[in-house]
Amino acid sequence: MADIGANLGTIPESGAVDLVPSAVLVAPAATVPMRHSALVRITHWITVGCFVALLVSGSELVISHPRFYWGETGNVLTPVLFKLPIPSSRSLVPTGYGYVLPDQNGWSRYLHFQSAWLVVFTGLLYVFAGLWSGYFRKSLFPAREDRSWRALGKAVASHLRFQRPTEADAWSYNLLQRLSYLCVIFVFFPLVVWTGLAMSPAFTSAVPASVTLLGGRQSARTIHFLVSVWLALFLLVHVGMVWFAGFWSRMRAMITGKADQPAASDMEGV
Amino acid sequence: MTGISRRRLIKTGLAATAGVAGLGVAAEVAKSYGLVPPDHGGIWGVGETLNYASQRLLTWHSMAREFARSQISKRPLENEMAPPNDEFKKLQAGGFADWRLTIDGMVARPGAFSLEQLKSYPSRSQITELACEEGWSYISEWIGVPLSHVLEVVGIQPEARYVVYFSIDHDWWDSIDMADAVHPQTFLAYGMNGGELSVGNGGPLRMRVPRQLGYKSVKFITHLTVTDDLKKFGKGLGSASPEGGYAWYAGI
Repeated sequence: MADIGANLGTIPESGAVDLVPSAVLVAPAATVPMRHSALVRITHWITVGCFVALLVSGSELVISHPRFYWGETGNVLTPVLFKLPIPSSRSLVPTGYGYVLPDQNGWSRYLHFQSAWLVVFTGLLYVFAGLWSGYFRKSLFPAREDRSWRALGKAVASHLRFQRPTEADAWSYNLLQRLSYLCVIFVFFPLVVWTGLAMSPAFTSAVPASVTLLGGRQSARTIHFLVSVWLALFLLVHVGMVWFAGFWSRMRAMITGKADQPAASDMEGV
Repeated sequence: MTGISRRRLIKTGLAATAGVAGLGVAAEVAKSYGLVPPDHGGIWGVGETLNYASQRLLTWHSMAREFARSQISKRPLENEMAPPNDEFKKLQAGGFADWRLTIDGMVARPGAFSLEQLKSYPSRSQITELACEEGWSYISEWIGVPLSHVLEVVGIQPEARYVVYFSIDHDWWDSIDMADAVHPQTFLAYGMNGGELSVGNGGPLRMRVPRQLGYKSVKFITHLTVTDDLKKFGKGLGSASPEGGYAWYAGI
């Protein structure tokens, strides 16, 4: 990917071409690192597609029974933990609305499972490649100097003041970013898969602990829903932060792998 | 092109070829072990085949969770359903004395069984959860005769691979593979919670498949066919569900 020709083409854009002899330029240009590796970019966008599909199909499934319970069983004859103030696609559900939405569960279930398989395979590839290459250790696990409450407090404060990211931030993740990505990858993503499987009567026949540990089938369903809402909120904040940091430059970095060169801007200052 | 990118290109090409070949081999192996569902065609085929194949391998002999008597739901929910047809009403008026379960297909001794006959076979009960694909569920005690016992009575041929079951409601029919058909918890159910199985819950005779979602537990069973090929039934997708947009396999 990082062959010399492609990077030479970007040099005039840097505005530094007149300041440095070309021989000097070529050497570092040949080793210009990618902001995001091809693997990160490809798995990122497959995950985006799958997550949107899961969100849309999951919402359709919720509409067929927008009531949530705790414990093993729950239905329209039992008290709810909470219910969503929306109409339903089933006439059996008392919603207070005088109409019933069309049933979309058939294709929603097909789409939900197909995207779930794809995102699980993608996630496994990402995690194993990330462990193998040291990506998690180098790029996501908090840097040594950041492993303190003080660093965390500072990061929270700078976020609360809506401080714009610096040039260096375009080349690495800040502490809050690292912690939230790690949580999504290693806590919420596995949890949503687990609670999904805990709703499968076949899977739970083979692995009963998968549902009993969660307190029952309806608890699993409720946790599945809440974690999905949490992940959808993460998506909103994530896109919002990307917008705040500079939507097109961050999008370009995640699509082409190339980011603005901090080195180039330093040279402009020279 | 540099040496590195050529090497990478060759590696990527080899990996892609191996991947495609691997998928082809996996599909053939899955087919020979009966791990491909009848509704595997179309855009959802990959996901459905993965669902069915992985769960069939994982659950060949597993038992659906059973519960304590104290966990039985106060009222077993009677789901909404189409009003019974005239055929049903006539049999209902006669106290279901003339209800018959006909069994044919790849069996040594096809026949028609009355409810009395079915009840004369060893009766079993299970306290299991019925879970609907919509999300709700309840626990009840199901009483009936294991389907495996009835299949022994009629004598299934070794080539048999599926049991197709039909409701008196002609829009409703379904099928299960042999792993589910001979599973000890798969019942022809005629009782619930110590009493008769109510019409609302599928009485007088309901197929009970506790390792799959509720819609596989078809109500008002009048006919079973043992077969080696689901293509002969309906649109060849294995049940009425895929014809209405729902998956044939409902283990998840």
